[in-house]
Amino acid sequence: MSSGFPWLTVLIAWPLVAAAATALTGVGRGRPSAGVVRAGRFGAGAARWVALVGALVEVGLLVGAFLAFDTTAAATYQLTETYRWIPALGASYAVGVDGVALLLVALSVGLVPLVILAAWHEQGGDRSRLRRYLATVLVLEAFMVAVFAARDVFLFYVLFEAMLIPAYFLIGGFGQGSQRRYAAVKFLLFSLAGGLVMLAAVVALYLQVPVEQRGPQTFLTENLIANLAASLDPTAERLMFAAFFLAFAIKAPMVPVHTWLPDVAENATPGTSTLLICVLDKVGTFGMLTLCLPLFPEASRWAAPFVIVLAVISILYGAILAIGQNDLLRLIGYTSVSHFGFIILGIFTFTALGISGSSFMMLNHGISTGALFLVAGFAIARHPRHSQRIADYGGLRIVAPVLGGTFLVAGLSALALPGLATFVSEVMVFLGAYGRWPAAVLVAVPAVVLAAMYVLLTYQRMFTGTPSADVANVTDLNGRERTVAGVLIAALVVLGLVPGPALDYVREPGQVSVELVGATEPAAATTQETTQGTTEGSEQ
Amino acid sequence: MQTLALAPWLVATPSLGAAILLLAGRRTDRWGHWVGVLASAATFVVGLVMLLDMFGMAPEERVAHHTVGTWVDAGALHVDLGFQIDPLSMTFVMLVTFVGTLIHVYSVAYMSHDLDRRRFFAYLNLFVAAMLLLVLADSYLVLFVGWEGVGLASFLLIGFWDHERVNAVAGKKAFVMNRVGDMGLLVAMMLMLATFGAVDFETVIGASAQGAPGASQAVMIAIGLMLLLAACGKSAQFPLQAWLGDAMAGPTPVSALIHAATMVTAGVYLLVRSGPVLEAAPDAQLVVAIVGAVTLLFGAIVGCAKDDIKKTLAASTMSQIGYMMLAAGLGPVGYAFAIFHLITHGFFKAGLFLGAGSVMHAMGDTVDMRRFGGLARLLPVTTITMGLGWLAILGVPPFSGFYSKDKIIEAAFMGEGWRPWVFGFAALLGAGITAYYMSRLFFMTFAGRRRWASDGPDAPHPHEAPALMVWPMIVLAVGSAGLGFALNVGDGFVHWLEPVVGHTEHHEPVLPVWLLIALTLVLVVLGAALAFRQYAMSAVPTTPPHAHALVRAARVDLHQDDVNEALVMRPGQYLTRALVYSDRTAVDAGWLGLAGGIGRFGDRLRRLQSGYVRQYAAQTLGGLAVIAVVVWLLSGQVG
Repeated sequence: MSSGFPWLTVLIAWPLVAAAATALTGVGRGRPSAGVVRAGRFGAGAARWVALVGALVEVGLLVGAFLAFDTTAAATYQLTETYRWIPALGASYAVGVDGVALLLVALSVGLVPLVILAAWHEQGGDRSRLRRYLATVLVLEAFMVAVFAARDVFLFYVLFEAMLIPAYFLIGGFGQGSQRRYAAVKFLLFSLAGGLVMLAAVVALYLQVPVEQRGPQTFLTENLIANLAASLDPTAERLMFAAFFLAFAIKAPMVPVHTWLPDVAENATPGTSTLLICVLDKVGTFGMLTLCLPLFPEASRWAAPFVIVLAVISILYGAILAIGQNDLLRLIGYTSVSHFGFIILGIFTFTALGISGSSFMMLNHGISTGALFLVAGFAIARHPRHSQRIADYGGLRIVAPVLGGTFLVAGLSALALPGLATFVSEVMVFLGAYGRWPAAVLVAVPAVVLAAMYVLLTYQRMFTGTPSADVANVTDLNGRERTVAGVLIAALVVLGLVPGPALDYVREPGQVSVELVGATEPAAATTQETTQGTTEGSEQ
Repeated sequence: MQTLALAPWLVATPSLGAAILLLAGRRTDRWGHWVGVLASAATFVVGLVMLLDMFGMAPEERVAHHTVGTWVDAGALHVDLGFQIDPLSMTFVMLVTFVGTLIHVYSVAYMSHDLDRRRFFAYLNLFVAAMLLLVLADSYLVLFVGWEGVGLASFLLIGFWDHERVNAVAGKKAFVMNRVGDMGLLVAMMLMLATFGAVDFETVIGASAQGAPGASQAVMIAIGLMLLLAACGKSAQFPLQAWLGDAMAGPTPVSALIHAATMVTAGVYLLVRSGPVLEAAPDAQLVVAIVGAVTLLFGAIVGCAKDDIKKTLAASTMSQIGYMMLAAGLGPVGYAFAIFHLITHGFFKAGLFLGAGSVMHAMGDTVDMRRFGGLARLLPVTTITMGLGWLAILGVPPFSGFYSKDKIIEAAFMGEGWRPWVFGFAALLGAGITAYYMSRLFFMTFAGRRRWASDGPDAPHPHEAPALMVWPMIVLAVGSAGLGFALNVGDGFVHWLEPVVGHTEHHEPVLPVWLLIALTLVLVVLGAALAFRQYAMSAVPTTPPHAHALVRAARVDLHQDDVNEALVMRPGQYLTRALVYSDRTAVDAGWLGLAGGIGRFGDRLRRLQSGYVRQYAAQTLGGLAVIAVVVWLLSGQVG
């Protein structure tokens, strides 16, 4: 069953083509001989142009997909393609996106060219290494697009695990930290542990489907939702929910399974961190939203109080830990723990407002944290020792005002300043969550003050005061870097001032998610007496 | 109104100015400041056109909305990008743009030697834009955008000279303390959405005006207190006042802008705008009045002990805003006077700050009043303009402050039970102390002997400021002198605001009005006379003399920073360190321990693979035995 041009398959396949082209460009030429890097006309240096053009073509393809998408039916899977894959297992190659998935695909596709541009001179000037790095980035892009587009739980699982391979190499092979191999193994072990538990649940899911309803498309998400609704045993449902949730919570990352994240952030390049934390980790929250809630509605409602408590802990814990960091990239990593807490809080509000807020926040957090990581990378690249210690900087705004300005805007977006994209989504999550979990939200609200602390304290330490000797002579951002930061900041401002068009993609999916999980919206107190006559808006 | 569609331009024009100056960068350094002035002046003109249009309408038609489109629409939340155009918002528009433009003009000269003057003007424009969005919004969510916008602008401007770390710290302190208040507005919006199903003024204030049917009293009190928390942060009211003194780290025009036109007046605006919400929760309203009364005395006491001319003025702002908060907490009888005082205060406080800037300009950026003295002859224009501001803040008739402050004192004496006596005498006492410390400032600066070195290489050569600085001061001085009288003619200003704040029946204070006026004047004269005796008649020591405990406490702002440090900052630092430590040693180490345990288990298993055939044979035998036992047990059960 396919409709029209296979946009998604092309979007998945093209980065692989681009990756191959990048990997092959200038092989055998421009190799470093005796430590000297020679850049031939078609040498390894040209590979980055190939990668960039490839990534930009992908952006063009994305525009096509957006044009083919009908926002008036944003809650239904569109651009669908379904082919038989392993009929005996009930697994098929089925892709399709709703509004939320499309935004996340857009986030992946949009960030990759910027990451490539930001990495232009990375890898210590070793261009053949840079070529391999960029090829790996493009491979990862293909997997990221595929995992958000997957409509088949088995396919999703396979991609969920397969993504680890390029991610592992990006951290361990191309990282800039001295402990990059340790961080890569840690990331791999945490992810694999979650993945294996999830595999057990995927198998159990198949077994839970009544025999007469099994077929070549058993694992199709919509089939599972329809076929499991009646037959699911409550205990089995809760166990499977727990397994899926654990895998997603590790990926998301949620306290207390977050400890791999700061190590990765510290040791990977800022570009890798951008892709990993801003895009790949969204698979966790995306999975909670599109798999946990509709497949296990009863268990989701049952587990919601626990999840909410963990989410609130994540929000505050991540923020406090961020304040206490000395390493710039670790700090940004911890801010993400806090932000992922917000996303999870919004999902488990089971209100259209909270869930669409979370969906929007997945996009905004990606852009905002991506900007923070990449601009931080520009600052680090300017330090003579490439130090990541905040204390090694000072007065940077005075010598590099554009660098200071872009870092500040990215930071302000992280603290959800109105006018920048994250604000709208954070307010949606807060307002949506209050209707369902007032106490939890009140506990979480001080995070807005903590966010102001970790952003402005960092800005104050790195960018104000007398320029320290190390950075007294640095140059300001060049055109390439300004392009990267400018695109991200423009996106933040546009989404912050005019969130309407983006909300068109998440509004209806939010409502449908609430219906699938079987919750009722809490009603306003003043209208409640006429409509319900009860103050109990919650399903719990 | 025909000019309603101009409303978005009030916000867009200064925003555009800021955007041009920030994005165009150094290219606009030579003429950028004029872009800023032009943007601000153009906004004033747009506002004036709308105001004149509004004058032509019947009073009941002056409240209007202009909706640009939907801003956020998802689930239960629907918020339009809408503008509220009514006498209250237009009053603010005029104050912000008129005083704001004067400050822009003044800054052209004041900042002329600063390499970053263009950036300064970009931030000034941003400040004006954010403040205008704040007062023009027709929902709490859009108001919040402006609300945090002014917080950002104040952060940028207070820390403008960020090559000095201490200035940057002051900017951060302002933003973080403001965020504590913003948290209140955020929670208030949550409560509103859960209670009324919307966050726009029409729904929330409309329902509150009818007694908020269906909402419990506890919720209304909570909303009221959360709005108060927000107002405390933005308006530097007790207990969130600590940022205001440090905010003097910014260039002096910034102080004038923050204290007169933008920023600190926002809290008063919020509470007056939300009047019906507070009236539906009388307990919360009482707390507003108490906070106002406490702050007006707090600020006044601190003001008496400061030797820094700007910090004295900052303390005075805190105190004067306290008057406005008190008035806002008195209910409908006080709303119009809160705004009235806000307007007159805007003029005389801006004038006083610009005057202080002129004095600093003359004295080589010295701010220590103990090093001033005898400047009246050298800076005649500054002396006269600041003198008019001084008379205005004292409330000497017929200057501006007399009309607005006396009305608040009168209103504070209205009501029943203990309240009129407590609030009334707090306001009265505040007037006396204000007279003392403002006279102290005036006499220490302009009267007495000169206490600055008149020769030597670093000696200042006091001279009057250039025309671009002087003219804004003169205009503001004229306002300080005459605006109160002009707005009071036939109760004009009160009637002007009636479409928004409602008409209130005339109440009588618990003491006769003539007695209150007389008492106030006596206290003001006493305060001023005392200051005259101490600082004009006798010599002023150039170092602060030893003083008793209250004065020593007032010199350090009644220990506000120590209290904040002990209650919030230190415990916060300990918590942060403890959590950073335990994240490594407990959470992460726990997982690493688990991984290590599995590794050691694998290590043990590996030792079984010894390579000795005899050992494998033994293991095989053992395994077979186990299997046999299991099979036997299972078959026994089945059988």
